[in-house]
Amino acid sequence: MKKKPDVLQGTLALMVLKTLDLLGPQHGYGIARRIEQISGDLLDVNQGTLYPLLLKLEHEGAISSEWGASENNRRARFYRLTAVGRKQLQAETRDWEQTAAIIAGFFNVKAEDLR
Amino acid sequence: MKFLRRFLIRLSHFATRRRADQRLQEEIAEHLALQIEENLSAGMAPAEARRQAAIKLGAVHAIREHHHAEHGIPFIENLLFDLRYAVRMLLRSPGFSLIAIATMALGIGATTAIYSVIDATLLHPLPYPNPSELVRIQDDLPGVGARGVGISVPEWRDLESSGIFQSAAITGTGANVNLTGTAQPLRLSFKQVTPNYFAVLGVDAQLGRTFNPHDATPGYNLEVVLSDGLWRREFGADPHILGKAVRLDNDVYHVVGVMPRGFRDQGSTSDEQNVELWLGAGFAGVPFPPPLRSSRQRSRVVIARLKPGLSIAAAQGHLDALVESLTKQYPAEYPAQTAWTVRLIPLTETVVGSVRQSLILLFGAVGLVLLISCVNVANLLLARTSVRAREIAVRQALGAQRTRLIRQLLTESLLLFLLGGVAGFGILFLARKFLLQLIPDSLPHMNDIAISWGVLGFALAVSVIAGTVFGLAPAWLMSRLDLTSTLRQEGRGAGGSRQRSRARQALVISELALSLVLMVAAGLLLRSFWDLFAVQPGFNPDRVMAIETWLPGPNDPTMDPYQTATQEAVLLREILSRTRALPGVQEAAVGDEDSLPLGHSHPSPLPLIREGIETMENQAPVIESPIVSPEYFHLLGMPLLRGRIFSEQDIETTPQVAIINQAAANTYWPNQNPLGKRVRLHLDTRGLASSAEPVWTTIIGVIADARTESLADAATPQIYRSVYQRPAKDLAIFLRGQLDPGAVSAQVRQQVQAVDATLPVFHAETLDEVLSTSLSVRRFSMEMIAFFAATALLLAGLGIYGTISYVVNEQRREIAIRLALGAQRGTILKLVLRRGLGLAAAGAGVGVAGALIVSHLMAGLLFGVSPNDLPTFAGVTIVLTGVALAASYIPALRAMRLDPITTLHSE
Repeated sequence: MKKKPDVLQGTLALMVLKTLDLLGPQHGYGIARRIEQISGDLLDVNQGTLYPLLLKLEHEGAISSEWGASENNRRARFYRLTAVGRKQLQAETRDWEQTAAIIAGFFNVKAEDLR
Repeated sequence: MKFLRRFLIRLSHFATRRRADQRLQEEIAEHLALQIEENLSAGMAPAEARRQAAIKLGAVHAIREHHHAEHGIPFIENLLFDLRYAVRMLLRSPGFSLIAIATMALGIGATTAIYSVIDATLLHPLPYPNPSELVRIQDDLPGVGARGVGISVPEWRDLESSGIFQSAAITGTGANVNLTGTAQPLRLSFKQVTPNYFAVLGVDAQLGRTFNPHDATPGYNLEVVLSDGLWRREFGADPHILGKAVRLDNDVYHVVGVMPRGFRDQGSTSDEQNVELWLGAGFAGVPFPPPLRSSRQRSRVVIARLKPGLSIAAAQGHLDALVESLTKQYPAEYPAQTAWTVRLIPLTETVVGSVRQSLILLFGAVGLVLLISCVNVANLLLARTSVRAREIAVRQALGAQRTRLIRQLLTESLLLFLLGGVAGFGILFLARKFLLQLIPDSLPHMNDIAISWGVLGFALAVSVIAGTVFGLAPAWLMSRLDLTSTLRQEGRGAGGSRQRSRARQALVISELALSLVLMVAAGLLLRSFWDLFAVQPGFNPDRVMAIETWLPGPNDPTMDPYQTATQEAVLLREILSRTRALPGVQEAAVGDEDSLPLGHSHPSPLPLIREGIETMENQAPVIESPIVSPEYFHLLGMPLLRGRIFSEQDIETTPQVAIINQAAANTYWPNQNPLGKRVRLHLDTRGLASSAEPVWTTIIGVIADARTESLADAATPQIYRSVYQRPAKDLAIFLRGQLDPGAVSAQVRQQVQAVDATLPVFHAETLDEVLSTSLSVRRFSMEMIAFFAATALLLAGLGIYGTISYVVNEQRREIAIRLALGAQRGTILKLVLRRGLGLAAAGAGVGVAGALIVSHLMAGLLFGVSPNDLPTFAGVTIVLTGVALAASYIPALRAMRLDPITTLHSE
């Protein structure tokens, strides 16, 4: 069986931000589920590692959090993207696309192109 | 920014001790509940659903730790933890902690004390902006062996316009002037400077202004700048002082400015640095000689500020080119055989000068003491291994990481060293007044020595570095315990590993070696000092006092009441006859400042032109030339070897005569009879305005050499002239007899001022005091080094005592068995002593090698003793061995008195 790739540190943060951007405020479990769904179960994440990351993003000011009620009326902590976070997401998206484009360029290059 | 924000939030959490654990636990519980729900709805059995949810979440404990680490600052938390533990450990063994802290306090305190002196002298010698641009310009005539011949006014102008310097200024080296009109006529130290002097230094006045740098008055511009000290002392800090007139040597000057408090003039002696008046002058008009290229003045110094960004080497290159073109342009002024050169010397170097070597030696010595203290404490730390080995082994067995253990042990040793450093600094701070009294006054920048923040920083930095370096090794060795054997040894304490005992021995050996080096240095200095003290100075200072006075030298020579030798002779004869009548006085004489043995700070040698040998003063060798009255030689007990002494009949109108010393005879007239030879001393300090053709001076006598320049130097050539033929302004009155040093000053002042009320009388000293002052820096460094050596010896003794005790303790089973089997107690004693002796021998071997290197490095500070002086080396080695034996004797006795039965039972 092929090993599922580890999630790169920065990438996970990017995924969290994008998820919150798409779906609005979410609790920790919700974020973990969405990431799992979007990645098509290809990523193997210990979902617990999400929480220190959420704390870090909160300290950085990219997200904020508050207590609220979950779908089945239980107390849960909801995370929401802040303006700072939105800007960070845009910047990182741009960076990521650029990197991806460069790498893609390398893969697509053929020997004749370099003559 | 993001990082900073994150750090600040974490710091605030750390400081407020807010915990996020509760919140995380709740979130995780919620997370698990949701996951279980989903698993259940996917059709799992409840138990399986819970298990899968937990697996998916991961190890809760690890997450919590991670979360906690993200929340606070784990590094500092651990540090606090270690610190708390370290404090507890220190308190648990107060004896050990106290000894270690006291040892470090001694080492760091002493080092910091010497550093504070070095900080004020070597590190911050020039209190001016951009001091690295400041240079002193010196010119030499290496072709005739003359150095520092002085720069003439046209040469200075060439330098000014050369484009190498922002500006260059001429300054006198400091002289005295009489300030009259105050309660007592005062003799003040002044400097005549070109008006751009303060611009070169880059310092402005606090009140009024300094001289206008573009002022081109040829002579004195009759403006004066005061020092802050003089302004406060004599003028009551008068805010309206500007424009007021002061009478200096009977000339009227106007005050234009007051320098800021703390402004210190440049110069190599404290006299020069404590100048209180600055007079602006162009050095080119009356009373100065006409500005000829050849009229150089040795007593003048040129300092300059380099163009910004120009290195000294580059500037020297430009200057060499300038010198070459000038030599071509004026071949008559710069004959090729004199090889005229001009050198740039960083001003810093000229300021600190001669004490540099002594200070560096002191710093080296105190560094060794520090090293020995550190080694001692490292040794103590190692010794504690045996006590703490079990504790550490248990912690390791429980899974403590090695790095974590080292960190904790290091925290402990750092705490010890820091406490020691703070204690040392505290003691130094409290004792600073007392300690400053020990420092000789002749040290430059004495007043700038302060226990400042920089010094505190130094003490802390030394503590931290020493704590890290010397704490790391014991921590490293401790963390490498062999777990099983340590734990198996029950309460017996660890039989130290071989490695550790080897480390301890190496430490003791290095301690012994270092103290031997210090003791040799101290021994050699002591012998040098002793020899200097015992050296025959060639004159007899017993019961002789010197009191100084100063005759005014007004700018207009015709205003000078003592212009000619004949006029001055009247005054001098009157003063001599009056002082001779004072109670207790048997003999009296006068001389100029150069005639003060060991006391004059500005030797100003003159070019010596021998008849028929030198034709141009540019090529002449230079010679010191004191001016004295005929009684001088008898008063100081300097015997005449040939010819005759001056008589009262050698006066202005009779042929000029001179007396030389043996050294001058040997140097300038080798294998000839110097009597009757004729010389000319040109560029004389006074009477230059009257540029009459200089006359020949005939040598009439030769006196024995005396060490009047420095006790350490065998005689330098001297040529004496009579004050009745050659008037001098800077006078010293010498008295021999049963004198009361407290009263003489007042008595002489009364007599002198009865003749001329405008003359100041100051600085009464016995020649014995002068002699002892001339040795003060030497004595200071010798005493300090002897003190350091004694400290080092004590520490090394403690070190060897500790090690031998430890060895005895470790081997007490073996010793008990030997005793039980019938070994003689004497044999046991010898066994232990031999160990001590072995260490001492190794230490002495290494130490002697080190001491040989050090003694050769300090050869310049020695006098009359060779750097390989055998008695010193042998004596020091014997003392060291004796101390080592004595220190081993106590544990050896303990070993000898061991009771085999109890010892063997207890094991």
